[in-house]
Amino acid sequence: MVNASEKIQVKELSVTYDSVPALRSVSFSVLEHEILGIIGPANSGKTTFLRTLNRLSDLNPKLKSSGEVLIDEKDIYKKWNVFQLRKKVGMVFALPSPLPISIFENLAYGPRRDGVRNKTRLSETVERSLKAAFLWDEVKDRLNESAMKLSGGQQQRLCIARTLALEPEVILFDEPCSGLDPISTAMIEDAMRELKKRYTLILVTNNTKQAARVSDRVAFFLMGELVEIDQAQKIFTVPKDKRTEGYVSGRYG
Amino acid sequence: MIRLFKDPKFQEKVVFLFLFLATLIIIVPVVLVIALIVARGSSVLSWEFLTAMPRMGMRAGGIFPAIVGTSYLVAGTLIFALPIGIFSAIYLSEYSRRNALTRLIELAIVNLAGVPSVVYGLFGLGLFVLFLKFGASILAGSLTLGVMVLPVIVTASREALQSVPKTFREVSYSLGATRWQTIRHAVLPHALPGILTGAVLSLSRAAGETAPILFTVAAFYLPRLPKSVFDQAMALPYHLYVLSTQVPNVKLELQYGTALVLVGLVVIANLVAAVIRGYFRVKKQW
Ligand SMILES: Nc1ncnc2c1ncn2[C@@H]1O[C@H](COP(=O)(O)OP(=O)(O)OP(=O)(O)O)[C@@H](O)[C@H]1O
Ligand SMILES: [Mg+2]
Repeated sequence: MVNASEKIQVKELSVTYDSVPALRSVSFSVLEHEILGIIGPANSGKTTFLRTLNRLSDLNPKLKSSGEVLIDEKDIYKKWNVFQLRKKVGMVFALPSPLPISIFENLAYGPRRDGVRNKTRLSETVERSLKAAFLWDEVKDRLNESAMKLSGGQQQRLCIARTLALEPEVILFDEPCSGLDPISTAMIEDAMRELKKRYTLILVTNNTKQAARVSDRVAFFLMGELVEIDQAQKIFTVPKDKRTEGYVSGRYG
Repeated sequence: MIRLFKDPKFQEKVVFLFLFLATLIIIVPVVLVIALIVARGSSVLSWEFLTAMPRMGMRAGGIFPAIVGTSYLVAGTLIFALPIGIFSAIYLSEYSRRNALTRLIELAIVNLAGVPSVVYGLFGLGLFVLFLKFGASILAGSLTLGVMVLPVIVTASREALQSVPKTFREVSYSLGATRWQTIRHAVLPHALPGILTGAVLSLSRAAGETAPILFTVAAFYLPRLPKSVFDQAMALPYHLYVLSTQVPNVKLELQYGTALVLVGLVVIANLVAAVIRGYFRVKKQW
């Protein structure tokens, strides 16, 4: 019996780089319309995990993985076309990563590669995505300017909007606020709370306070292992595992 | 005295002076060469010199056919070498894994770049002129020059492709793009300035070399324009060589004038490329 609200199921996922383990038999599920926070010290495998979900990890020839990942109950390696998978599972990188082209073209990049030519349809998509990422009002008069001219926080919201343009179902955030000021961070957190109504979000963060603020559930990774996954308030108040307690109370990295 | 040499401030001054003088020495010959050519050659520069046929066994008239010939050769060279060079650079940078074959290809490119140009001339004579029976022609000359500049184009294009940040590729893939879409839309546009640099470098070389065209295309004295790619043609560097060594009683100014035109063409090409690169740099930055 599979619970219908399990958007992603991870079963005994192990990943190695040149046979050095980075994830060790990780198993858990991500529920539809939740924000799952992933916390853990440096090198605990958080990024590796995210990049496995959209198979960006395929680009690294040194990486080998075993186990199963199901999205919508379909195996990402066996049943999903990798390009369809990446459109379904959007990703926002740690550093703001606009392409050095116009704001409009950044937003249109995904749909264009997907074969959308129609100018009005592209414009509609651009507007809808920018609005959903709370960026529309700030950039609506300069869509043709270079995206590099935006501030770091605006660039990061642009990157969120850029994944939204593909109408994904899951969005992966890899420390999206690591280079941002508190106000920009708050704006992105607000955006995430809004987005979870329509999407499933996974937020990797080094900032345990941020995980506590926005996540519904939190997973704690340590040295490639999933130590614990639970409701956010339980992880931060009554963790089951000593190591989780040590980390959230600030005794690790 | 010895104490003076140990004084860091003094050391600093000595080192600075030394490095500055070394740099100055680079500039001196360039300035002298250009000054000499301009001083001696500019007197013959005229509309007639640029647009008329040579007369009286090249002792009078213009150098128009040599200008046209060199332009055809440069265009032909780029038509052959640019696509092949860029495609193989894309293959090497974006598709190939590092293995024995790619290492062999790299070795070939390095060695190709080190082959003396006269050897390319002989190669072109053997392959294009004689074996493929193109005869001494613009086609054979362009192909020979094309082979010669291939390593320049491949190396410059490859470096340009590899200098495009990895994040651009990852962003593109993460948005569901295929490999070719990623190269075409997220990598190539941003590598264009570097590729252009390689193209202009090779253009300069193709325009200036004498040895590769000696046996494959260059005509000694041909006071008319080529009609097809199978015709021989005059070319500026070879014309300069002929004027300087093969024709008695030529006014020295004619030689310097020819050199001036050749250098001028190359400088103009470099300037155009610099302007285009500057435009890209202003518009696109990362
Ligand atoms: N491209 C790579 N090649 C080789 N090893 C890698 C690569 N990327 C990550 N690793 C290794 O895999 C392990 C997990 O790294 P990962 O980047 O997933 O950790 P992380 O939890 O995201 O860390 P951080 O908080 O620093 O971002 C580390 O030991 C790291 O050295
Ligand atoms: Mg990471």
